This record gives sequence, C-alpha cells and structure tokens, in this order.
Amino acid sequence: MKKAFKMPGFAIGFTMATVFVLAAFLSFFWTPYAVDGVDIANKLLAPSGTNWFGTDHLGRDIFSMVMVGARTSIAVAIVAVGIGVLLGVPLGLAAAARQGSLLDEVIMRGNDLIFAFPALLIAILITAVFGASAVNAIIAIGIFNIPVFARISRGAALSLWTRDFVLAARVAGKGRVRISFEHILPNITNLLIVQGTIQFSLGILAEAALSYIGLGAQIPTPSWGRMLADSQTMVSFAPHLAIFPGMAIIFTVLGLNLMGDALRDLFDPKQRRDRQ
Amino acid sequence: MLRFILKRLLSLGLSLIAASVVIFFAIEIIPGDPARLMLGINATQDAVDALRSQMGLDQGLLPRYWLWVSGLVQGDFGISYTYRVPVAEMVQGRVWVSLPLALYALGLSTLIAFPIGILAASRRGTWADWLVMGGTQLGIAIPNFWFAMLAVSLLAIKYRLFSAGGFPGWEDPFLAIKALTMPAFVLALPQASILARVMRSALLDTLSEDFMRTARAKGRTVRGALVHHALRNAMIPVLTILGLQFSFLLAGAIIIEKIFFLPGLGSMIFTAITQRDLIVVESVVMLLVFAVIIVTFIVDITYALVDPRLRRRP
Amino acid sequence: MKRILMGASALALIATGAMAANTSIVIGDQLEPPHLDPTAGAAGAIDNVVYANIYEGLTRFASDGSVIHGLAKSWDISDDGLTYTFTLQNGVKFHDGSDLTASDVLWSLNRARAEDSVNAQKTLFASIADVSAPDDTTVVVTLSAPNGNFLFNMAWGDAVILNEGDDTEALKTKPNGTGAFTFTNWVQGDSITLTRNENYWGEPAKLESATIKYISDPTAAFAAVMAGDVDAFPTFPAPENLAQFDADPRFSVIVGSTEGETILATNNKMPPFDNVKVREALAHAIDRNAIIDGAMFGYGTPIGTHFAPHNPAYLDLTPQSNYDPELARKLLVEAGYPDGFTTTLKLPPPSYARRGGEIIAAQLRAVGIETEVTNLEWGQWLEEVFKGKDFGLTIVSHTEPMDISIYADPDYYFQYGSPAFQTLMEELNTATDVATRFGLMQDAQRMIADDYVNGYLFQLAKTGVANADIRGLWENAPTQATDLTAVYWDH
Repeated sequence: MKKAFKMPGFAIGFTMATVFVLAAFLSFFWTPYAVDGVDIANKLLAPSGTNWFGTDHLGRDIFSMVMVGARTSIAVAIVAVGIGVLLGVPLGLAAAARQGSLLDEVIMRGNDLIFAFPALLIAILITAVFGASAVNAIIAIGIFNIPVFARISRGAALSLWTRDFVLAARVAGKGRVRISFEHILPNITNLLIVQGTIQFSLGILAEAALSYIGLGAQIPTPSWGRMLADSQTMVSFAPHLAIFPGMAIIFTVLGLNLMGDALRDLFDPKQRRDRQ
Repeated sequence: MLRFILKRLLSLGLSLIAASVVIFFAIEIIPGDPARLMLGINATQDAVDALRSQMGLDQGLLPRYWLWVSGLVQGDFGISYTYRVPVAEMVQGRVWVSLPLALYALGLSTLIAFPIGILAASRRGTWADWLVMGGTQLGIAIPNFWFAMLAVSLLAIKYRLFSAGGFPGWEDPFLAIKALTMPAFVLALPQASILARVMRSALLDTLSEDFMRTARAKGRTVRGALVHHALRNAMIPVLTILGLQFSFLLAGAIIIEKIFFLPGLGSMIFTAITQRDLIVVESVVMLLVFAVIIVTFIVDITYALVDPRLRRRP
Repeated sequence: MKRILMGASALALIATGAMAANTSIVIGDQLEPPHLDPTAGAAGAIDNVVYANIYEGLTRFASDGSVIHGLAKSWDISDDGLTYTFTLQNGVKFHDGSDLTASDVLWSLNRARAEDSVNAQKTLFASIADVSAPDDTTVVVTLSAPNGNFLFNMAWGDAVILNEGDDTEALKTKPNGTGAFTFTNWVQGDSITLTRNENYWGEPAKLESATIKYISDPTAAFAAVMAGDVDAFPTFPAPENLAQFDADPRFSVIVGSTEGETILATNNKMPPFDNVKVREALAHAIDRNAIIDGAMFGYGTPIGTHFAPHNPAYLDLTPQSNYDPELARKLLVEAGYPDGFTTTLKLPPPSYARRGGEIIAAQLRAVGIETEVTNLEWGQWLEEVFKGKDFGLTIVSHTEPMDISIYADPDYYFQYGSPAFQTLMEELNTATDVATRFGLMQDAQRMIADDYVNGYLFQLAKTGVANADIRGLWENAPTQATDLTAVYWDH
C-alpha cells in the first residue's frame, strides 16, 4: 500500500475519492442543513457564506444534498460491484476449473448473452418493470457486473491452473473447488481489486444516468443524478444547481479511475497497460 | 476455419433464441394495461375490455410469443399498440436517425482518438503525453448527459450556433448533419477518450516487441517505426473497441436522443415504455440485441482471420 | 452603382415581403397522441391536434369556455327539455370531398353511444334516447330525461361528427373531418403536419400550414423555444422558465385559466383516511401558497373545492382549509393519531405532481404524517391508483370541464360514495333553470369541502409562450385544444 501512495496518480485519485467517501460518512451524523426540509422562501439562492453551494428550487441547501447524494451514489455502486464479485467470481472460477466442459460453455455463453444486451437499455427495462427505486437500480447495474467479473476471473484462473503450485496441490489430492478457493482466488485478488475500482466508477456514472432519467433513487433520497434532472430547466438562470452535483460526479469518477490505473501499473509492472 | 465459423454461427443462433425468450417474458410482465392507458382515466371498463380484445391482449402468453417470433423471422415486427401502424415502418424512419448518429459519433471518436493516441505514444512521458492522459481521464469521467445539458445551454440557447435539438429529415443533408453534430460530439467525447487510451497502450505494447526493436536498430526513427509497423499491429485491439463502441452507440444513445429530442430508436423505446407499447419495446430491443450480436460475430470472425491462434479459442 | 443599390433595396423589399407572408407555424406540445380518432380514446393529446382544426361537433367551445355554434347552425329545444332539433350548416364537406348530411350526425352519435363503443366519454351520450334525421339538414335528438348540460356535452372533442361509413380503423392514422385544416403527415414520435382546407365551409384559416412538434422533455422544450425551433408552445411545461421568456422581447407569455383542478386526491375508503377528522387535518397541514410558489413558480389560483374559479358559480372556500399546522396536529390527536401515521404518496409524471409531491411530503412530515413517495409513469398510475385504488394519497389535475360530477361515482378512485351528493347531482342533471343550477352547484361545492374529500390545492394555470408576433392563440383552456383557425403572424 505504501508503494501505491508513492505513485502520483494513486495519491491524487485516492484523495479525490476519499473526500466524497468521508462526506458520505459524515452525512449520516451531520449536514449543514436538513435535506428533507422545504423552504420555499429561500429558493434558488446563489452560493454564499451561509449556503456554500447555494440552494435549490425548493430552498434546500445544495452542499448538504451533495453530501447525502454521495451516500446514495457510493452505496449503489458498492453493492452493484458486490453483486458482480459474489456471483461473477465463483462462476468464472467454476468455468476455469472445468475448462471445456458443458458447465464452462453454459457459463460463458450466458455471459455473452448478457453482454449482447445494451446495458443502459436493460437497466431502463428492469426499472420500468419492477418500478423505479435505488434497489432496482442496484440490481440493474449489478447484473452487468456479473459477466465482467466472471470473464476476468476465468481468464486469470485458466493460466494459473497450468502453474506448478496448482499442479502440486492436485497431486496432493485437493479437489477442484478447494484449489479454486485456496490457491487460485488469492492469486487473482489484485486483478479483482483493479477491476472492482473501475466497475465502481462505472457504477457511479450508471447510477447518475438512471437517476437523471428518473429511474434511480426516488424522493426523498437525494441523488446526484436526480439533482441534475431537477435542475435542468433552471441551468440557464441558476447554473449552480447543475455545476456542483456534476462536479461531484466527475471528481469521484476521476478519482476512482486514477486509482484503478495506478493500481494496475503497480500490480502488473511488466505490461503497464492503460485501461481500456 | 469453416468449423470455427459454423460453431460461432450456432452459438449466434442460440444467443438469439435465448434473447428473444428473455425479452418477451421480461417485457410482458411490465405492469400497466395498454388499453386503459390509451382510453384514459374516465373510460368505462366496457370500453377498455372492448379495446383489449381488439388488440388481442386477451390471448395467452405462449400463442402471443409464437406469433411474435414467427413474425420477426419474416420481417414482420407487429403493429404498434399505440400508433396502430406497423413497427417495421416506424423503425425504418428511426434507423435513419440512430444509424447516422452512431456512425457520425464513431467517426468523430476515431478522428479525435487516433491523432492524440499516436501523439501520446510517440511522445511518451512528455507533457503532451500527460496532457492527453489527463484529458482523456476527464473525458471518461464527465457524464455525457451533463455535458449535453451544458452544451445546449451554451451553444443553442446562449450563442444560438446550433438548434437545440430535433431532426429536420434528410431532404437537406446539410441541415441534417448540422442537427446531428452536437449530439454526435457529446456521444463521441467519452468514446474518443477510451479509444485514445487503447490506441496509446496498444502502440506502446507493439513498440516494445522484438521486431520493433529490430526496425529501430535498422535505423528507423521512432515515428517512422510507429507509422510503418506498430500502427498496423495495434489495429487489432483498436478495431475490437470500435466494434464494441458501435453497438454501444447504436443502443446507448437513449438519454442523448431524449435530451436533443431526436426521433431515433432510443427515444422510440423510451416513449414506448412509458406508453406501455409492448410490441414496440420487444421488437426494437430485439433488433438492437440482434445488431450487437451480429457486430460481435463479425469482429470475432475478423479477429480469427487476422490471428489464426484465436480459432482454437474455446 | 445606383442600379446596384436599387437592386439591393428591391431585394430587401422582397425579403420583408416574404417575412410578412409568413403563413406557417410550428407548435410545440408535450404529449404525442397515440392515434387521431377523438371518438375512440383518451381525448387530451388527440384533441390538442384535431379539436376545431380537423374535426367539428354540433356545438363547440370558444376560448372563454362558452358553448357556441359548430356544425349546427341553430337548434330548438322543446318546452319539456326532451327534444333538441338541430339545423346543420350549409355546404359542409368532409376532407375527402363528401357532403355532410344529417345521416352522418345520426351515425356518429349512434356509434358513440352503442353498446360496443370505445368512446372514452360514453356518459356524455347517456341521456340520449333516440336520434333521427327527418331530412338532410335536420337532426332530432330525443333525451330520456331533461339534461341541462346537453349542448355543453355535444361541444366535447369526443362528440365530433365523422363521415358515415368511414373505416374507423383507418381514421386513426388519417383523419377525415370537416374542419378548417386537413391532415397532411405524421412522423411518429416527432411531428404532425396540417394544411389549410381550401374548401372550408366557414371562415378559412389564416395559416397555410401548421406543424405540431412533440417535445416531451421540459428542458428540451425550453431550448427549442429559445432557439426558435418552435414558434409557440401553448401549454409550456416548465413554469420556472416563463420569467426568462417574459424578459425577452422575442417572446410573449400567455397566461390563462384551465379546467384543471389540481388536488391531493385521498383514498376515502382506506384507513385512516376514512376518518373525516384525518382528512380535515390533511387539509390544514398543506400550505397551498408554498406549493403554488415552489412547484409552479407562482402560476395557479388557490382553490378550496373542486370547481374552477373562473366559473360564475364558483365559491371561494379556501379559508375553510387554511394552512394551520397546529390545528392539523390537534385534529390528528382527536382522530386518535397523536403520533401521526405513515401512508403512500404516488406521483404521476407532470412537474406539478412531482415537485408538489416533494413539498407536500415535507409539509405532512411537519405534522407527523410520513409518506412513502413513489414516482409512476401514467400507465402505472392508471393501473395502480386509478384502477387498482392502491394508494393513500396522489396528486393529479382533473382537466375535464365541469367535472364535479365525478364525486357522485362511488367507485371513482378516491371513493367518496356519499348518497347525499349523488342525489344532489341527479337534481343538477335534470335542472334546466340557470338560477337553480347555480344553487345546486354551490351546494355541491360546499358539501365536498365540508367532507374534506380531497386536499384542494390550486387551479392549474395555462402557461403558454409564443413568438411575440403570433396572434390568435387561445388564452384559456376550456377544453384540451390547440385551436389554430384564427392564428396568424402580425409583422
């Protein structure tokens, strides 16, 4: 970890992302103003010493809403990555353990099938079928994380199965499941961390997009995407309504991506490939 | 090679069947009665029932699935519940917005990405490289709908350089292209950022390979080596990404089409969902999935042609 | 040199001449109709295209809401109020060239009231016992009971006259009416184009053509008007932008009234709302002015009952449900809910509902009522709320004219079901004397206000924006319509 902080990209990215994670945590205990109160008399105030980011069309403090919105974005993205890891990694490991078998074929074709669906479109469909909510947004985003993690862990695991230490374990009589979890999984965690960081940032963008078209977090839960949607007719006379939530998204995503890139370079110094 | 193509074709067919089942049954459980929606809140139950039977909604799920799929195969996409016109007819008009938009965005993306990707690779570690890498990071991080909001508010409302959206039709190609320029640019920005990064790293990968070292040892300059050898070898990953981006652009422009009120496939699906026009949603989603599967298939085959090792890929 | 100059000024003249002859218009609207037959579907979006422009009925609404002559040149009402004898206008032709005769009227009315009719407003025709056509220009309608609303009913978009024997399925995409505009083209999902009917029986339209462009997104609507892509947006969806239009000399803002009573509809059969004290508490917990100011940016008139303030029979009952959170809390204690309760608030798409919902949720929270807010698309709203009655509270604007009679239907989604009110409505239906009718209407307004059936918020304002040179657009919205027959450019 110390090594990571010596890389400027990681340090900058980590700082940017951490600011928002801390803001999200802090919002559980304290925000400058309550975000569920409506104060029409003080609507659309420009940024000032009392309201750092100004107030929105219902008189709520935008700084406080950005803090609470961080909570929504981060929670949605983390759970969506969690779904991808918890379901995708075992599937990928299983496929690798039985390479060429029917199981492998079914898992990989299932993956291809999910990849073939335009992601945003299916997310819209899911929320249209089951109703718009943060939970359904998580599911919609999470589903598309499954094949990502399945594919990456299968690929990495396949090359590990030919390595000597795995062969040794097989000779010692360990079963495929045990080998997968005891020997393969620990050796692909670095890769999973890198991919997780990237999927995390993609999740934040996806949540913002879904909320923007009204299919993500619902009132009264503040969300960056919904703040942008609510403010869009007012951008021309109150630009602060769109600028601050937009900047919050950009900062967080940028921070996570910088971290992901730096970690990739760190874990895989041979190739030093940049993310695709 | 033939065996490889046949195998891919088989899996393509299976994917299509699986996709049709998933789409049909997922969409049929969308809550909301299309007949009630069409008649409005003050309509009597009798009137709604009459319309339901007119639209064939009182038949079972399986017969409806069968009718739908057999129609699709013959190019009959059914008749829109809401507009009462053949879906195929509606799609035709929309494709001529969505397809040119996707191609335009892809073209812009390539035009931006290639030069800056090559620049960054050939000047690795210099300020130019840093600028490209930083700028593309930013390009990926900016949500495109936010960028679109700002672009409309500045370029259309404040400076009135472009119209705010809409599509005038292809009668006047200049106006049509002008109308697609702002949305295409907004769509292209993140794609170009990704592409430029792929381009750079692919070039750097090939640059480090042995034959490049040989070329350089033979006295070629870095740029000469780049243009003559590395670029061709770097095209494989770049083409893959382009294939992915094309299918993404075709289907993923929903939000952008909505912001610029372009009458394309994306906005058609979006309104169809709110109108509970299941036939339209099913058929257009199926069409898009079909397009994605075909593009993937073509990329796979091209890949295998270029690199025979891949034919043995499980 | 002189010649060149003269040439230039001639060009300039031609240019201004072309400007003055501006005879086409692009109208913006939010909701695209599913089809174009107003007699076979929810009227709103369809009427916004066809009402008065393509289709006409026996009578019609004027901009101020009064009922005037349509295809009927005159009518006689028998003394017992049961027989209406209509005389049709002369020389009326349908757009396909066929003549309008009394048998077209007979066919249209019988089709609308038939058993298998898919007309969305069948009740408009419920009082008709018989229709006959003694000759080509005379139609006799016999009612089963006197109906003071009959001429008003015949003015609705659902009661327009079609050509006898037309394929009604084909009419959905290619309407054939008698109006001053003919249908030209429809690009689904984008726009509908109308062209002036050169053979119109009455005063011809001033515009040669009109395009109605569909822009559902309020931001896109704002951008489209600002960029000049549309010339007028008669029902502009974002009141927050009107101040900007007002300040811009290129545009004029048109503010008028609509028939839209915007209410916090309450499920009267669902506990705790079956308790009138709880409903009264609700009424006092709501600050109408904050809602009008916050959700509508000041556009809207507070109402205290389900009746349009511009109607002469309107009673201002707003003081009865004034904003008084203290009283609301007290009433909740009396009703047995000292700690408040939790209920659902389901919101359809319009911004009055979504934004108003956020404000109301905050106001209710202040008196101890927690709401679970759900945003619904119209389809889901119709299914869950309107048909399924699965809701505690919802916000919706009832835009039909004179629709207080919905309270007489015990199965209507808010489930009022008061027998006293139903008797009152029966009396109103049969009363023909104006003074008696006014009295009954006011009794009805008081009765639903006393029972606090719903939370009465405000009358929706019609907020439109148009190029400053456009004249003749409707200021008010007595019914959903974009009447283009009198619209012209004034340069």
